Amino acid sequence: MTAVPLPATAPPAWSPLLGRISLEQLPFLHEPIVAATFVGVILGGIALVGALTYFRVWGYLWKEWFTSVDHKKIGIMYMILGLVMFLRGFADALMMRLQQAIAFNGSDGYLNSHHYDQVFTAHGVIMIFFVAMPFVTGLMNYVVPLQIGARDVSFPFLNNFSFWMTTGGAVLVMASLFLGEFAQTGWLAFPPLSGLAYSPGVGVDYYIWSLQVAGVGTTLSGINLIATIIKMRAPGMTLMRMPVFTWTALCTNVLIVASFPVLTAVLVLLSLDRYVGTNFFTNDFGGSPMMYVNLIWIWGHPEVYILVLPIFGVFSEVTATFSSKRLFGYTSMVYATVVITILSYLVWLHHFFTMGSGASVNSFFGITTMIISIPTGAKLFNWLFTMYRGRIRFDLPMMWTVAFMLTFTIGGMTGVLLAVPPADFVLHNSLFLIAHFHNVIIGGVVFGVFAAINYWWPKAFGFKLNQFWGKVSFWCWVPGFWLAFTPLYIMGLMGVTRRTRVFDDASLQPYFIVALLGALLIAAGIGAMIVQYGVSIWKREELKDESGDPWNGRTLEWATSSPPPAYNFAFTPVIHDLDAWDDMKRAGVGRPLEGYRPIHMPSNTGAGVILAGISTVLGFALIWHIWWMAGASFVALIVSAIVHTFNYKRDYHIPAEEVAAVEAQRTAQLERLGQTQGATA
Amino acid sequence: MSDATHHHDVSAPLPASLTKLGKFWDLNEHDHPEGHSTMLGFWIYLMSDCLIFAMLFAAFGVLGGNYAAGPGPRELFELPLVALNTSMLLFSSITYGFAMLAMQRGSVGQTQLWLLVTAVFGAAFLSIELYEFANLIHEGATPQRSAFLSAFFTLVGTHGLHVTFGLVWLFTLVVQVSKRGLIQANKRRLMCLSLFWHFLDVVWIGVFTFVYLMGMLR
Repeated sequence: MTAVPLPATAPPAWSPLLGRISLEQLPFLHEPIVAATFVGVILGGIALVGALTYFRVWGYLWKEWFTSVDHKKIGIMYMILGLVMFLRGFADALMMRLQQAIAFNGSDGYLNSHHYDQVFTAHGVIMIFFVAMPFVTGLMNYVVPLQIGARDVSFPFLNNFSFWMTTGGAVLVMASLFLGEFAQTGWLAFPPLSGLAYSPGVGVDYYIWSLQVAGVGTTLSGINLIATIIKMRAPGMTLMRMPVFTWTALCTNVLIVASFPVLTAVLVLLSLDRYVGTNFFTNDFGGSPMMYVNLIWIWGHPEVYILVLPIFGVFSEVTATFSSKRLFGYTSMVYATVVITILSYLVWLHHFFTMGSGASVNSFFGITTMIISIPTGAKLFNWLFTMYRGRIRFDLPMMWTVAFMLTFTIGGMTGVLLAVPPADFVLHNSLFLIAHFHNVIIGGVVFGVFAAINYWWPKAFGFKLNQFWGKVSFWCWVPGFWLAFTPLYIMGLMGVTRRTRVFDDASLQPYFIVALLGALLIAAGIGAMIVQYGVSIWKREELKDESGDPWNGRTLEWATSSPPPAYNFAFTPVIHDLDAWDDMKRAGVGRPLEGYRPIHMPSNTGAGVILAGISTVLGFALIWHIWWMAGASFVALIVSAIVHTFNYKRDYHIPAEEVAAVEAQRTAQLERLGQTQGATA
Repeated sequence: MSDATHHHDVSAPLPASLTKLGKFWDLNEHDHPEGHSTMLGFWIYLMSDCLIFAMLFAAFGVLGGNYAAGPGPRELFELPLVALNTSMLLFSSITYGFAMLAMQRGSVGQTQLWLLVTAVFGAAFLSIELYEFANLIHEGATPQRSAFLSAFFTLVGTHGLHVTFGLVWLFTLVVQVSKRGLIQANKRRLMCLSLFWHFLDVVWIGVFTFVYLMGMLR
């Protein structure tokens, strides 16, 4: 190659006050699609803020939710964040499908390359970091303390802070839609493309700082949940009596703590290349772009297990509950989870067999990759044997589980195919790869999140979700998925590459049209899901569950009321067996009805919102090179953090009378249902 | 452990005085002591920080020989200066140990005194490091000059940044100890900073060996 390709855009102009911000950086002034979206978002935003103000709920939201350190509320906020970002990420997906379905026979489609490249980058970043991660973290936050009989997590303030850092990262990604641009590099931003020479604009900086801000939250939340699971289990709950979901949460958080710092470090190095002019990943002065690819995949591969392990936990809980049986092979399930945790660190190179590291290295990583399918297969057999001779109830969580087992198995098999280096040389960066990882992430993580939402919704809100709309959603989603991705498998085998904007070969168009139809069917499934939530909230009286145990559950979260009181359990449960709640039910034991004591609880605090807010401003200032703002917000961040440490009063006691009053209501509720009552001690 | 044995694996037989209710619910519960998870949590945080350093060491390992026709370790490093610097950090760890001993004895004044001595050593370490950096940059050995220098400045600089934050934290604790004395919360914080400080010492041993000593052998 003789000529160096010119940068896509010239570096933006800079002024001391506004950094790189200028009118040219407002894409809604130039691009009609962005303009329409912008108007929609502004109107929607005004409507939302207006409604919140009109109904005077700001104070309530601030006091009861934003500043809450209650793991249940934080869990729900994570789920809402995931859902909102899911709609954004899916809109990106639809845009890509439409572009690829029409960009044939000389047509350029409706997205120029500048825009299209941002769309596929944003889609990947959002779906992984701001949809799947908040969903998974939200589920763990909500469920784990309840399952281990605890009142909250180890570090409740940190939990609130972590949530707001994740939200801060999401805010930065969303800001890039209307102010400047997002990265056009693909979701992992490989250099040298993501270096200053080829991406001089703000896009990669948005990428870096949104992930750095959110990454702090993720790491801290990982530390928090590990400490919680190690330190706060109810008496008698040995490790091998922990519910499987809690086990998978433990392994996931170990993975988070042992991999997110790698992402932090590698993004710091990329930032240094971009901001200071160092030569870590440049092509000259001794830099090594392939080192970036290695480092980021050392984070990236564990990341996919961070997403899927808790979901395996969800399926384990759902399968056992809806088969009305103890989980088959609990011990092997735990060992399989731990083995996957360890193996997930030994496979990263399979993402770039084509790097040219030689036959021996490729063989090693190919074989470790194939070995992972063994513990995963063991899990599938455990679920199947749990169902075998069970009295299976096909409620929505179980339907999603069966869809997962069928879909994920095929995704797993195409994964083993890709693990064979010679096959990967043919299929690398083809649509086959795209089909494979959507097959495992949608068929695994997304279906699992839907199973979990349908399963734990009644616990969180005290009423079940509407079955009809849930089934409509299910029957749109599952066939929709196959319609959207089977053509990609086929085209991938034919050699069609990913991230392509226009096509010369007209014979491919029917495949892309089918894929678009599949995406539209999925869109209908998402619509039905939102209708399901709406209808369920509207008809919540009809769908009400007062028992707190609507599915005849087996683990401790079903032992308390729905929604649980702030303190979760008036008395801490004592555990004698796996499936502690099932054990209690079989023993016919109720709740203690007297002898309440004051309960020690953490206090709400606005510090998390403030610190995360300042961090987001700092990220924004760094993206736009507004140095005065970066300096000021950095100082503000340090000062606020120090001021926060001078607050020693971080907890309070719920008086025994208040506990007694709440528990009396619960007793009355259970009496109305004619349920077995507890005894006085 | 199979499911069957697991099922019967119930802990010691309960005294007859305990009712069935008492078997399944802790009727005589006590609060978790404040900060009961802090040391574990802080340890896990340190391990995550350790991974960041591991990545920087790995980057140095990969790029450390890429001088890009610029200066290498032999031309740049002054081992006597680095040895002096290392001794500053090692002394600061010893004096932090004395601060912890004073804390155990419950002596507020001595705790603060040893903390401040630690801060002096820490500040000396940072000053020598900045002097070294200034010299290197003056000679044209800037972080931009080669991948080796990028990796060197980033690894050593990240350690220095940690020491700086440690100092800010240390002064905050001196103030907090003087305001509230050696209450449990403050002791816990001093313990955390102690772990942090010694951790930085251990990382520095790695930097000294891997970057400076082995660099001179390249």
